[in-house]
Amino acid sequence: MTAVATGRQTWTSRHLLDVDQLSRADLEATLDLAAKLRDQRTSGELGEARKRLTGHTVGLAFYEASTRTRVSFELAARELGATAVDLSVVGSSVIKGESLIDTMLTLERTGAQTVVLRHAMAGAPYLVARSTGLRVLNAGDGAHAHPTQALLDAVTLREALGGSLDGKTIAIIGDVAHSRVARSDIHALTRLGARIVVGGPPAWVAGFGAWPAVRVAPGLREALEGADAVMTLRVQLERAAGGAIGSLREYTRSWGLDEERLSWAKPGAPILHPGPTNEGIELTAELAASERSLIGRQVTNGVGARMAVLSLLAA
Amino acid sequence: MSTQFGDLADAPASFVIAGARMLDPSDGSDGIRDLVVLDGRIAAGSEVPNGIPRLDGRGLIVAPGLCDLHTHLREPGGEGAETIASGTRAAAHGGFTTVCAMPNTDPPLDEAARVAWVISLGRGASARVRVIAAATRGRAGETLTEVEDLAAAGAVAFSDDGAAIPTARLARTALQGLGPTGLPLIEHAEDPSLAAGTMMRAGPVATRLGLPGWPPSAELVIVQRDLALAEETGGRLHLTHLSTAAALDAVRRAKDRGVRVTCDVTPHHLSMSDAWVAGERRFTWDEPDDMAGALDAETAFDGRCRVNPPLANRDDALALLRGVADGSIDAIATDHAPHPPERTLVEFGEAAPGMIGLETAFSIGLAAVDAGCLTLAALLAALSTRPAALIGEERGLRPGAEADLVVFDPAARWRVERGALVSRSANTPLLGMTLPGVVRLTVAGGRVVFDEGMGLLV
Repeated sequence: MTAVATGRQTWTSRHLLDVDQLSRADLEATLDLAAKLRDQRTSGELGEARKRLTGHTVGLAFYEASTRTRVSFELAARELGATAVDLSVVGSSVIKGESLIDTMLTLERTGAQTVVLRHAMAGAPYLVARSTGLRVLNAGDGAHAHPTQALLDAVTLREALGGSLDGKTIAIIGDVAHSRVARSDIHALTRLGARIVVGGPPAWVAGFGAWPAVRVAPGLREALEGADAVMTLRVQLERAAGGAIGSLREYTRSWGLDEERLSWAKPGAPILHPGPTNEGIELTAELAASERSLIGRQVTNGVGARMAVLSLLAA
Repeated sequence: MSTQFGDLADAPASFVIAGARMLDPSDGSDGIRDLVVLDGRIAAGSEVPNGIPRLDGRGLIVAPGLCDLHTHLREPGGEGAETIASGTRAAAHGGFTTVCAMPNTDPPLDEAARVAWVISLGRGASARVRVIAAATRGRAGETLTEVEDLAAAGAVAFSDDGAAIPTARLARTALQGLGPTGLPLIEHAEDPSLAAGTMMRAGPVATRLGLPGWPPSAELVIVQRDLALAEETGGRLHLTHLSTAAALDAVRRAKDRGVRVTCDVTPHHLSMSDAWVAGERRFTWDEPDDMAGALDAETAFDGRCRVNPPLANRDDALALLRGVADGSIDAIATDHAPHPPERTLVEFGEAAPGMIGLETAFSIGLAAVDAGCLTLAALLAALSTRPAALIGEERGLRPGAEADLVVFDPAARWRVERGALVSRSANTPLLGMTLPGVVRLTVAGGRVVFDEGMGLLV
């Protein structure tokens, strides 16, 4: 393993496969760097950071359709001076039967040093990490992990909750079982000292009671009571149609958020959503647009978080 | 040390192994003796003619030849992964003198001529090849095969392994229809509707990894269905690769009621837990990793840990080990499932289920013995005499018996790596690990089929 020295912190891995690999100190330093790069970018003061990845090529391999994560990574890479190459793998060589490893080895041989990988299969980034010489940045693998989303959520929450998550309770509502966001958030937020409450239809929270520092709430009110912040997850409409829940109407009636229900949480508790939202299903359009919503800040923080990770891994 | 393979068409062997520990589960005998084999038969120690090779057996153990009830030899149709020749050499290397070939080949072994063809190819192989015929035509789960013809051609059991008989009605018909043959129906107990889309055993590890979880009920509902049908019809049922304590309990209760049921478990379901999918590489009887840290990028999501049924949780694995120890599990069967690298070194969810087992099964069992989970006698009974009896084969070290045995060094250790395996495939998560127990000599049907530095084959 190559140790990556980054001034006041060191990542011991050459990949970012999940946030579970980051110690609390690594995590906090990464969040600090993400916030700093975000602010410098917003104020046009990136300075030397704009050359940090000069000569470095980052391949974007999104095997699943994605807009915001791909664009966020692409911008982050360019802001740091890297060349970003979109492999457009959805619907190209994959259809011709080329294996994931072959595609990644091809990318490596063209001179890319890093791959940002989004894949429908849990564990795909681990396979690439051990089968190629690329540095692998997991941009979401199946229902397993989405580490940069967890970093941007942690940056957002930390700032919204007064600078620390110690002793804070975060409610995660919705299809937790199929959510890579929820899993990575649980790793990151619990490591930062938060407690997690999950709530959703039984099939969507099954098994999470056995996760350390996670509690499963029987209903929305119980999930929100005492929560310092609320994370709602996207309902995959095709999954809802598959019969795991009675109907979207029933989901919204039991688990959908509006201003009145949000009052069950602590006063002023903010609401987050990884996007894209199904307005009127997970939460009302009003709530998504209200000052309680941190959804816009999550997107802005996403670029900063990805810049931080890219600069740490490519160092 | 020179490694040599022989085959069943060779001349019967004659040799003496002096001062070895002879352990025979068929009569419970266990002691230091000279093993004398003359013209392929075990002889009494006093009658050794001149000129017979005499080998030093000190430190070695002699036991009856191992018998595998569940082997995928892949021929015909999958010769890139294994052949009858390579698979039986792997068997001999692992101490097995008999393998029972599963019929899920391409084409499947659902006609007497195909069964006879595999048996004929096995005549010059390095282990006896017995054939399990398909229970339904084309393994399609619709109509039964011609079981009496298949039995006459040499089939020793019937199975649609890879899947259970899909409907209770057809399973009932099969158990009834096999009656005149006296042969068992071997069931892969798994409900397809519960197992569909799953990738590993349900539980905390699956929750953490985000892989769809296989519920233990997927096994139990078919086990209970089949036990009810076996009880009602009087048919002979064998449940293969059990992976849950609940299913084992159901089998125990059925045995107590007199149902004609037997069962086996694989070495990997005994030794590897579902945590192996997350990268754990300690056996179930060792203290597990607490999984609090990061997953190991080198071992997590290894497609070679995908098996069907999936690796059990540790509690179930330890319950299955107790079942082997107390004899309520009749046999350890490998479910040796060779696959080429392009089918296992892929995304976990794309990996073909199954791992090789013939060359590592005995060593895994010996590791369990070393850990105090099993006695050596219980291990040998589960690997040799009991499975052999289920397919009507004799095993034992009594004078007069045909020599069918394994000689092994329990103190030696070996490293599992591609170059150490003779199977055409190397799909096992054990690669890189060091295991106890080295087979030095395998004698099948009176012929030396494997010799590791003993000097009988040159």
